[in-house]
Amino acid sequence: MSLFDIASLSTEEITEILDSAESMSHREPEGFSGRTVVPMFFEPSTRTRLSFDLAAARLAANLVVFDHETSSATKGESLRDTARTVGAMGPDLLIVRHEQAGAPEAVARWSGVPVVNAGDGRRAHPTQTLADLFTIRSHFGGIAGLRVGMVGDIVNSRVARGLLGALPALGAGVFAVGPPTFLPRHGEWDIEHRGDLDSVLGELDVVYLLRVQKERGGGLGYPSDSEYHTRYGLTERRSEMMKPEAVVMHPGPMNRGVEISGAVADSEKSLILDQVASGVPVRMAVMARILGGAT
Amino acid sequence: MIVVSGARTYTSDGWQTCDVAIDGQTVVTVGSVPPGQGDVVIDGAGKVLGPGFVDLHTHLRDPGQTWKEDMTTGTRSAARGGFTAVLAMPNTEPAVDSGEMVRRCVRRATDAGVVEVGFSGAMSLGRSGEEMAHLDEMYEEGVRIFTDDGDTLVDGGLLRRIMLYLSDRKDAVIAQHAEDPAIAGDGHMHEGSRSQTLGLVGLPASAEIAVIARDLALVAETSARYHVQHISTAGGVALVRRAKEEGLNVTAEVTPHHLMLSEDNLGSLDANLKMYPPLRSIADREALVEALREGVIDAIATDHAPHTVSEKDVPFEVAPRGVIGLETAFPAALAALDGDLDLVFDRMSIAPAEIGKFPSQGKPISQGSPANLVLLDPDQSWVAGEFASRSKNSPFFGQELKGRVVATIVNGGIVHGGGR
Repeated sequence: MSLFDIASLSTEEITEILDSAESMSHREPEGFSGRTVVPMFFEPSTRTRLSFDLAAARLAANLVVFDHETSSATKGESLRDTARTVGAMGPDLLIVRHEQAGAPEAVARWSGVPVVNAGDGRRAHPTQTLADLFTIRSHFGGIAGLRVGMVGDIVNSRVARGLLGALPALGAGVFAVGPPTFLPRHGEWDIEHRGDLDSVLGELDVVYLLRVQKERGGGLGYPSDSEYHTRYGLTERRSEMMKPEAVVMHPGPMNRGVEISGAVADSEKSLILDQVASGVPVRMAVMARILGGAT
Repeated sequence: MIVVSGARTYTSDGWQTCDVAIDGQTVVTVGSVPPGQGDVVIDGAGKVLGPGFVDLHTHLRDPGQTWKEDMTTGTRSAARGGFTAVLAMPNTEPAVDSGEMVRRCVRRATDAGVVEVGFSGAMSLGRSGEEMAHLDEMYEEGVRIFTDDGDTLVDGGLLRRIMLYLSDRKDAVIAQHAEDPAIAGDGHMHEGSRSQTLGLVGLPASAEIAVIARDLALVAETSARYHVQHISTAGGVALVRRAKEEGLNVTAEVTPHHLMLSEDNLGSLDANLKMYPPLRSIADREALVEALREGVIDAIATDHAPHTVSEKDVPFEVAPRGVIGLETAFPAALAALDGDLDLVFDRMSIAPAEIGKFPSQGKPISQGSPANLVLLDPDQSWVAGEFASRSKNSPFFGQELKGRVVATIVNGGIVHGGGR
């Protein structure tokens, strides 16, 4: 009922959601007027929040905003009490972003209301992952057989974590590129490690750059932004080493001049705005699936 | 007079199926007691009688956090788990770091304790890690185990001075919660495939190994008596093994949960599986079990750490660390030691009584031995769910466990079971 992470979806379910998102972008969806969606964002967010709001609006669902800043949570009310309070009012769906891993599950348990995880700590951000898969599929017409390079702060990225599981399951080859402090060290994913970006760039169909996460985790994993940019930044020079048909992706927000140069971010190779656009139909599909009673 | 009849009994002459009679605080008969004798007769047929368990690592939360546990509920929990003695950790509020605090705790235990309670003392004043606690005062009050448990004594210079200072008292033990806070960082669970998948900051095994390695170098220099608390890594075990081979005066304890569970149990992010050190890898767990069987790890200690339901029912990362363990220790030990009751009594009674300096505990039963006894049914299964502890944060909650404590006798009095 809820959606907490990509790992809990089968590849068939992922494909179903992407198909449904595709139909959402073509025709007017089934309406859900009278159903209530409450976004509960305990962490700041621009694109995810707006994307969910737009998606709910297009589904004709009622959007009732929970404002964390003015809520009792800032008076020290526990997450449990907040969730129970919101649950008692009987909304149909909660959209939860929280800095702590597992908070969306806890909110679902306490409130008794289905939850879509809109990002919990470093753990998962399933609708972003689905939007990225949708973007890749729409652009290339499919995912199987593509070679995707995930570049940068992989271990601290909830976006990367979802894609590392889903992409190989959907038949893509995945390379993890970055300094060892950023790469997964414990074999759990079907991926290939590459320390050197230049050696792998020419093989990739998708260069997926990750935000260097300065706000999470235990200390900086590289010496300086300029050194990071020199070794792993997607500069204009490096972008010329890419295959002509290859694309650049980034989940945002970007650190221009660190993991990506501004010119590349704005270039024709960039699908970064497509990723943002994909968020709306994908989130419509996810919410419709839950509001429509799919299990 | 209390009589336990017909139990398979762990005596100073080996296993015997016999009657045991207790008068006052002492075992008076090991053999045959005529029917009709005894004010209380406990039927021991088909059960196992031995010296009561001794826990080297109990957080009683008294004084300071008695909403989680107190002297009475904590020692009742111990009695229910077959423990006739526990060593209380000094991380109370205020911390046990002076003679006066020890006297206060001893008075409290005398008034409200159900089993024997020994007290460990902090190594550093207020457990701040900055200067020596009142080691002499506490030693005079009978404290023999010194630890900043809950935190690691990080300052190697201070630890070395404490080791040297206590090295002329051969019965004083330096016990360390070995976890380098800088390496551990913001870690909440073992750094491994689970932490990677779940996206939680990992707590590397090296955080423990590095502290043990450093401390053993200090032990070699100072000839201190050193004890590793709740060891959790294969690397830590290897260091203890080598130190023992080199003749250093080192012992180690392991918890029931580290023997029974691993990071793989953490899929659900249940905060009742959050503790420090964290549940490690399967390979670590196997190394701990093997080391316990061989005796490289000397004792099982529970690290019984009560927290209330509302404190624990929060997202994993903000949940307090620690799980209760007294009432589930026996079945865990029995499983880890493959049903070998000789080893169970050694690792849960004889060895910890020796390490923790409990002279009237951990003695095989004989005429004249102290009446601190436990009666066990190794074959009985039960579901963990009701606890005498004030808290319920058990990693075994809801699980069926094999091996049950039938009765616990402390100083000749029945404190749990036995038709009491």
